[in-house]
Amino acid sequence: MILGPHVDFIVAAYAVTVFVVVALMAWVILDYLAQRRILGDLEERGVTRHSGRAGKVER
Amino acid sequence: MAVIDLANPTRFLAVVNRVLPWLMAATILAFAFGLARVMYAPDDYQQGATVKIMFLHVPAAWLGMMGWGVMTVAALGTLVWRHPLADVAGKAAAPIGAAFTFICLVTGSLWGRPMWGTYWVWDARLTSVLVLFLLYLGVLALYWTAEDPGRGSRAAAILALVGAVNIPIIKFSVEWWNTLHQPASIIRSGGSAIDPSILMPLLIMAGAFTLLFFTLHLAAMRNEILRRRVRSMRLMQASRA
Repeated sequence: MILGPHVDFIVAAYAVTVFVVVALMAWVILDYLAQRRILGDLEERGVTRHSGRAGKVER
Repeated sequence: MAVIDLANPTRFLAVVNRVLPWLMAATILAFAFGLARVMYAPDDYQQGATVKIMFLHVPAAWLGMMGWGVMTVAALGTLVWRHPLADVAGKAAAPIGAAFTFICLVTGSLWGRPMWGTYWVWDARLTSVLVLFLLYLGVLALYWTAEDPGRGSRAAAILALVGAVNIPIIKFSVEWWNTLHQPASIIRSGGSAIDPSILMPLLIMAGAFTLLFFTLHLAAMRNEILRRRVRSMRLMQASRA
């Protein structure tokens, strides 16, 4: 695969896209882990929701 | 399970937990297949190898607009039916749509410099996409800075509905005004103007990016439902103290 005289622009476009997509994925994964951890802490302290009293919180 | 059952956040979470691994696997496979096709796609007779930027730019542009479409439908659900899951869907779609619109703008600029001789022109297509990005930032600001989440959601939903006017402007800007940006070359009367050797990898990449969008959107919706549970549990805790 030869990218010709404009290789810098092509590589920069792919680099920016990969960076943004990886940042989005990291945000979603880290946010999920954070929310699960906080929910776990609250449950351990015996805090429940109105609708969650009958059973454990679905995660 | 009926579709209406998905309107219940707990049932929705159960479905998301089952569907997400399959959606992730499909996304990875689609990208592997698409990128392999991109590597072996021939250079364009005018653009040369810079056509490879189009395999990112075009799907990102579509998803930037689709994200706003998702937010518009969600806004109707929020304002008309006041369904909490609609608000969750709108809030989760905003950062993802903004990210794809940003990718569209940056990759377009990086393509424009070698092809047009400039990173940016204030033509109708480029400007209307920039307006879309600024609208996304406005919606995100409303969601993230409102002290009362309910008021923030309603304000964001109204902005989403108003901003929907911009979507047909983006689509038809190249026909309504004289723009440097080329007219539609994929979806147009008379069929696509692109050779199949470039069109096929482009469509596969568009499919892969669309799968990525829905994977991220479902995962972000799950996070938002959990965040609201945390909030309600903290309020319960505070009211007991």
